[in-house]
Amino acid sequence: MISSIRIARKSQAAILIGSATLAAFFLIAILAPWIAPNDPIQVNLVLKLSPPSFDYPLGTDHLGRCNLSRLLYGARVSLGFASLIFVAALGFGLVIGTIAGYKGGVIDAVLMRFCEGVMAFPNLVLVLGIVGLLGPGLWQVVMALMMVQWVYYARMIRNMIVGLKEQNFILAARISGSSTGKIIRRHMIPNVLPPVLVMGTLEMGWAIMDLSALSFLGLGVQPPTAEWGAMILEGKNFIRSQPELMLYPGIMILLVVISFNVLGEALSEKYGIKKR
Amino acid sequence: MATYISKRLLAVIPIVLFAIFLMFLLIRLSPVDPAEAYLSAAHIHPTDEILAEKRHEFGLDQPLWMQYVQTVKGIVLLDFGNSFVTNTPVWQEISARMPATIQLALSSILLAIAISIPLGFFSAVYKNGAIDHFSRLLSFLGASIPQFWLGYLLIFLFSVKLDLFPVEGKGTWQHFVLPSLTLSLALIAVYTRLLRASVLEELEQQYVLYARTRGIKEKAIMGKHVLKIAIAPMMTGLGMNLGKLLTGTIIIEQVFSWPGFGRYFVEAIFNRDIPVIQCYVMLAVCLFVICNLIVDIVQMYMDPRISLKGRAQF
Repeated sequence: MISSIRIARKSQAAILIGSATLAAFFLIAILAPWIAPNDPIQVNLVLKLSPPSFDYPLGTDHLGRCNLSRLLYGARVSLGFASLIFVAALGFGLVIGTIAGYKGGVIDAVLMRFCEGVMAFPNLVLVLGIVGLLGPGLWQVVMALMMVQWVYYARMIRNMIVGLKEQNFILAARISGSSTGKIIRRHMIPNVLPPVLVMGTLEMGWAIMDLSALSFLGLGVQPPTAEWGAMILEGKNFIRSQPELMLYPGIMILLVVISFNVLGEALSEKYGIKKR
Repeated sequence: MATYISKRLLAVIPIVLFAIFLMFLLIRLSPVDPAEAYLSAAHIHPTDEILAEKRHEFGLDQPLWMQYVQTVKGIVLLDFGNSFVTNTPVWQEISARMPATIQLALSSILLAIAISIPLGFFSAVYKNGAIDHFSRLLSFLGASIPQFWLGYLLIFLFSVKLDLFPVEGKGTWQHFVLPSLTLSLALIAVYTRLLRASVLEELEQQYVLYARTRGIKEKAIMGKHVLKIAIAPMMTGLGMNLGKLLTGTIIIEQVFSWPGFGRYFVEAIFNRDIPVIQCYVMLAVCLFVICNLIVDIVQMYMDPRISLKGRAQF
């Protein structure tokens, strides 16, 4: 009894901390143009690799660009594109998952075998394969990540819809003459969304990590755009003289991903949702 | 038993064909024309004449289904065509780089096993103790830290600051330490928790209680009974996690300038070297299918009930 209260308190704290950090990061992403002290892509070779100063609180990189501004703007790219991937993958997964779950039969079997096939492979290998075939570039990477992530939403939603179909309140709605569209919109989707959003929290962490890994490989975000993975790629050349150039962006990625993981884990524990 | 294995083997064929089909579809959907990609990779100025000639050579002027049949035939015969950049057979280039990647993967697996067995075991035995908290922190970090950054972090600590290990390349055993450590952390994160959970589960079993009442030393119970059984799920996990490892090698080879085929693959993406990309993706697909097959067969050996029902019905 006491231990269960302690666990509940602990997960409450985790939810609070996780969402507070994420809120801060999203605020940074939105407000970057106003809070950044300098232009993140303004090259100033005279000031290259300079130490922290009043104008450049975290110093400058090898092209004399403001490190702090680049880190703040980096939040825009990572969180912005991760959110985009999340919304698109969720939307597509919702459509396919609902069709598969509601229709059942052959359509269901074919769609779910496809999803399982995609899930059998490690995400990043698939994403790299797709990027390889489509060619490098930010939009190709975003597309590849979407193409791989929607299957997780689709399968989860499909399983929930199958379970909901047998529920009495759905039967009642059908008896009282609600159309299929109305049953799905009004009765099924509102029940399906909360657990899916919890899973989405964990998926966002993955998306940010994969996005930065691809930018690090040089396949995603192209210079001069400030992005954390790409900043590590540039900063690694100065690992002996100025290690902070590669340390700062890594810390940012770590913090964001940890926040998503803490929040996602705590939420799924609290509501008893099975993770991927 | 034999029927089960042959059934599973047959089930592999449609999966591989489907993968080839998907890849084929992506190449055709891609805005990049293979003939143009070849010319730009080989630094040949494209004229209509050369383009038409190359298209004919790649069979791009044939009907789609013929192209698909040709692709499947090539893959079955391990003929992936010539690299656009070097003009040597792709299979030859990839197989020359394979040993380096396999060595790296194996040393990471061994390191992961060597660390996660004691760590997972002791965090179960001393539940909520210092080791348990440490392993929890480690697995949390392992799941959240970007692998490439971890690589540079280790380079910074052990090569730049302490000057213990070389930064990049391959040769002596010292070259293996940092890349393997980087790669294995993601595995350690998973296995430690997996082993901890299964040891805790075994400790609840009646036979442990019985052994204790018989007065057998705790050490013997743990070593001879509990650990032996608890390791089984971890071993199946090893096969399943090969994917994480393969993904990891692509990135880690880049960080440590390791001369494996992951790095070759990334280079190929930049050069639009389509035959190489195709070969790599196919290799990854086959590796997965084969590993899952082996895991299934091993699982069946350990639990004969599987072959009698459920799984055998494909």
